[in-house]
Amino acid sequence: MISPRLTQKIAFSLLLLATLMVILPVAVVLFIIVKNGLPGISWEFLTQMPKSGMRAGGILPAIIGTFYLVLGAVVFALPLGVLAAIYLSEYSKDSWMSRLVRLAIINLAGVPSVVFGLFGLALFVGFFKFGASILAGSLTLGIMILPVIITSSREALDSVPKSFREVSLSLGSTKLQTIKYAVLPHALPGILTGTILGIGRAAGETAPILFTVAAFYLPRLPHSAFDQVMALPYHLYVLSTQVPNVDQKIRYGTALVLLTIVLLMNLIAIMIRSYFRGKKKW
Amino acid sequence: MNFRRIKEFFVESAIKISGIASIFIVALIFFFLLKEGVLLFKTEKITHFIFGKNWYPISDPPDFGILPLILGTLLVTLGAALIAVPFGVAAAIYISEVAPGKLKEVLKSGIELLAAIPSVVLGFIGMITIVPWMKIIFKIPTGLTAFSGSIVLAFMAMPTIVSIAEDALHSVPKAYKEGAYALGATKWQTIYRVVLPAASSGVVAAVMLGIGRVVGETMAVMMLTGNSPSMPRGMLYPVRTLTATIAAEMGEAVQGGDHYYALFAIGIILFLITFAINITADLVIHRKRQ
Repeated sequence: MISPRLTQKIAFSLLLLATLMVILPVAVVLFIIVKNGLPGISWEFLTQMPKSGMRAGGILPAIIGTFYLVLGAVVFALPLGVLAAIYLSEYSKDSWMSRLVRLAIINLAGVPSVVFGLFGLALFVGFFKFGASILAGSLTLGIMILPVIITSSREALDSVPKSFREVSLSLGSTKLQTIKYAVLPHALPGILTGTILGIGRAAGETAPILFTVAAFYLPRLPHSAFDQVMALPYHLYVLSTQVPNVDQKIRYGTALVLLTIVLLMNLIAIMIRSYFRGKKKW
Repeated sequence: MNFRRIKEFFVESAIKISGIASIFIVALIFFFLLKEGVLLFKTEKITHFIFGKNWYPISDPPDFGILPLILGTLLVTLGAALIAVPFGVAAAIYISEVAPGKLKEVLKSGIELLAAIPSVVLGFIGMITIVPWMKIIFKIPTGLTAFSGSIVLAFMAMPTIVSIAEDALHSVPKAYKEGAYALGATKWQTIYRVVLPAASSGVVAAVMLGIGRVVGETMAVMMLTGNSPSMPRGMLYPVRTLTATIAAEMGEAVQGGDHYYALFAIGIILFLITFAINITADLVIHRKRQ
């Protein structure tokens, strides 16, 4: 008979081991990519067009492409997401409608990324006739990150104490003024966190842009929102599966640039959150 | 005064419209998948589509049977779940109940970072690590197998499982634990006999959502499973999933052709699967709370 103390020791060690097995790969992935990717990073790599069928030169158009796509996605999703969060948090507390909206958001968050791609292809590329373009790709990504922005903004709004609203209302301000001056400012860090997480997500996704914007090889910068562009995640996919005999440095370098952008966004979000959690006075 | 009323009316209308926009978008997604997807069934029987054993979309005549793709998805998902569920739940328990404050925050951030790594990067890493290892360890001709996909997908499911299960464990009322301690139970006995059962529905929901994530994953699975759309023969053979089929073939499908419609029909299936998983998981969480 093993004593309960010993059982506990064994159980906790196993739990710790399992946790490390989940987290350690993050370190391994980072290590492999940084170690092999750094030698490939240079000013030229970041600022030049790809050459000789992507086997030489830089990845500038992919970086610029990803930048435009993310920008477009945020411009679309941020206002819509924040307004939706205001609706859920301030206007429709626990009605059947808010329950329905919540279910819709849960589902939206669970739709496979490639299905967003199909949707973007059918609606934006086909039905609206945007063609494969930055516009179509951004809107598709924007819809994909909408649940992230709504959920985090709503949480931020919900965590503002009720008394803030009551005081503002008792001073004679309208509901909208209350939201604008007494609620939103305190929810801003949370909204910002959600938006940055959304940016990271949009920058890293490949499947939604496959048929809506991504160009296989387009060594020039886009002229308008109706142009196709290259994008970092798709470029990495192309380099690692479609183009034989690519110098490993270019593959790893591309992966490093993509990973840096995505993880940087997440680190910033984590830092904002812990900074404001420390400052919170209620 | 009046002007402000009007302005507020418009802003509040915008808020309400944005509020229900999510419902509209989900309906729109389903509608557009359906609009393109149903056109396949003018020429193809649904039963043949789902139970047909041959996926030859560009043969003449073409054959659109997605059974091998469904089985491929099932196989990869099953493998990923077998890895992700024990590790994910164990990590959730450790983070929620055992880890001291500082370590807890570090581990949580680590999980968030894992969730943030783009699937194409995990696919790339899988190609240069797991795929060659697989070939050597099992002495098989190609390392692009269902199992390779399962391993990487497990790591994509874990963050979902850990964070939702951790939430569920964390929200178990403190009084439950105090009661167990008062009866002389050790911390582990309390976790195992009291906390875990109390949080079971949340943990089940976490597992379901993790599986939903795996079913919908596209890029990593396309890069690692070898893309062979024939009936799967086992974990150590190449397979093709539903998602990878869409991603790999849509570029070549002629718009308005049967192949194009068939890929949208696969999209409908995926949408319905994830829809069902998400609704059920939500019901499981919600029922417990009431």
